[in-house]
Amino acid sequence: MPHDQSLAAERRNKTLLSVLLGIVCLIWCLPVVAVVINSFKRNTYVKTETFALPNEQSWAGLDNFIKGMTFGNYPFKSSVTYSVIITILSVALILIFCSMAAWYIARVNSLACKVVYYLCVFSMVVPFQMVMFTLSKTADTLKLNTPWTIPIVYLGFGAGLAIFMFVGFVKSIPLEIEEAAAIDGCGPLRTFFSVVLPMLKPTLISVGILEIMWVWNDYLLPVLVLDINKYRTIPIHIQYLKGSYGTVDLGATMALILLSIIPVIIFYLACQKHIIKGVAAGAVKG
Amino acid sequence: MSRATTLNSLQRSTRRFAWLFMGPVVIAFVIGFVWPFIQGIYLSFCKFRITSDAQLIGFGNYQAALADPTFRHAFWYTALTAVVSLVLINVLAFAVAYALTQAIKGANLYRTVFFMPNLIGGIVLGYIWSMIFDGILSQYQTSILLETKYGFWGLIILMCWQQIGYMMIIYIAGLQAVPEDMLEAAKIDGANKWQTLFKVTIPNVMPSITICTFLSLTNGFKLFDQNLALTGGQPFIIQPDGSTINTTEMLALNIYNTFYNASTAARGTAQAKAVIFFILVAGLGLAQLAYTRKREVQQ
Repeated sequence: MPHDQSLAAERRNKTLLSVLLGIVCLIWCLPVVAVVINSFKRNTYVKTETFALPNEQSWAGLDNFIKGMTFGNYPFKSSVTYSVIITILSVALILIFCSMAAWYIARVNSLACKVVYYLCVFSMVVPFQMVMFTLSKTADTLKLNTPWTIPIVYLGFGAGLAIFMFVGFVKSIPLEIEEAAAIDGCGPLRTFFSVVLPMLKPTLISVGILEIMWVWNDYLLPVLVLDINKYRTIPIHIQYLKGSYGTVDLGATMALILLSIIPVIIFYLACQKHIIKGVAAGAVKG
Repeated sequence: MSRATTLNSLQRSTRRFAWLFMGPVVIAFVIGFVWPFIQGIYLSFCKFRITSDAQLIGFGNYQAALADPTFRHAFWYTALTAVVSLVLINVLAFAVAYALTQAIKGANLYRTVFFMPNLIGGIVLGYIWSMIFDGILSQYQTSILLETKYGFWGLIILMCWQQIGYMMIIYIAGLQAVPEDMLEAAKIDGANKWQTLFKVTIPNVMPSITICTFLSLTNGFKLFDQNLALTGGQPFIIQPDGSTINTTEMLALNIYNTFYNASTAARGTAQAKAVIFFILVAGLGLAQLAYTRKREVQQ
């Protein structure tokens, strides 16, 4: 019957499509595979045999990783530590203070609140180059140039998107719940922390993921604000490998790149669902 | 108590905690955005080396910025990169999203793989791809740093690898929201696959298309890390008048170099360039907003 034939044809087409996409996916993974195989190769072979598996001559074992630890006149371990500190502190500050401010803005809605809200929305369309020079000078004057204080700068520059997303969500929460809490004798602090904050959880995760991805990968803000002789983050470290020697040891560079993307990939595989949802939410609103 | 009184007293007691709820964000926002922004606007009209020795000079910086051949070159190069990447990213991302929503085997795994590059930072991406391109080009005794066209297409490939997965996610969400009965009706009316795609599916995902187009356009205009790490503006061409043009330098990198790698006397010009850049990017952002709003009203 023609109907059966068309069904069979459609099934064949779908299998074909699936195989085709599978091949594209393999190609998609190649850059990461190239990083893995080259991180085990001696420097001179990275450029000449980029796509070959390491052989007896080019195999460097763990040398690149050991060398990478001190490579670039700065300990890689410290860069990792500072990246972790800055990311955790900044994202924690952004989540706590921006959700508090967003709730206040959505509920009190005074003129001052509207001004702050629209300034936040405005700040989302301002590219970093517009403020980079003056911001780095201001941060320097106020001693915000250490990993412990730079989160304040991140809170300020990142407040726009976070407040925008939180306000959008708070407005969708029915007021009755907070009224009930007030009638039961909750003050604003308890209402926010025990009633509103738990309801904000999905948005907290979305905003948290967007901010983690931003702060962890950010290069320009920390390089301009931090005193880079003392403090480096992973992106700064990778960028300065090039500047520190005349020629770069590509094997060691690939080893460090591999070390820096492994945690990102683990994080991605562990919270994939939330990450994709968070990114989609941020894109639609931003 | 009536509802209005409860609400009023709730608001009144909340207001007493304004300092706690708003204080930290407002202080950080002033330090991290408002003050640098205002100072940035002011300094674009000044001659200065450091922020404290600024002297007002009017529009001189803007004239210098617009007359700067490197800035003009960076503008056209950025516009070209943004438009080419916009078309490629969106066509490919839509195609992948469309294929993945056809109930094929392995769709979830494929989605995971395509999105993955998004999480890798721009600097790291730049070095991964510079290794790959140089691995290929060294077979022909050349390098990505030696020819503008290699740098250009290299950056386009990098941007596609990074952003297709991101746009794909937005397109998938859009495609899944296309009403099933509309597709069903088209089938019954005898529409073939292509007719259904162009007459039913695409008009229904217009909002996603708008978002993705503007996102890739602004992403292209603001690109910095990838540009710095992949080619850093090389190759450089020395002009007959002695000035140097960094042929693969985009706007953001041009502003950065004017601030930090040129003489400190050019800082006023750099700040003026930054304001022009801001107006350009904000203009694109506002155009997006207006356009999306208009579409929403029509629906």
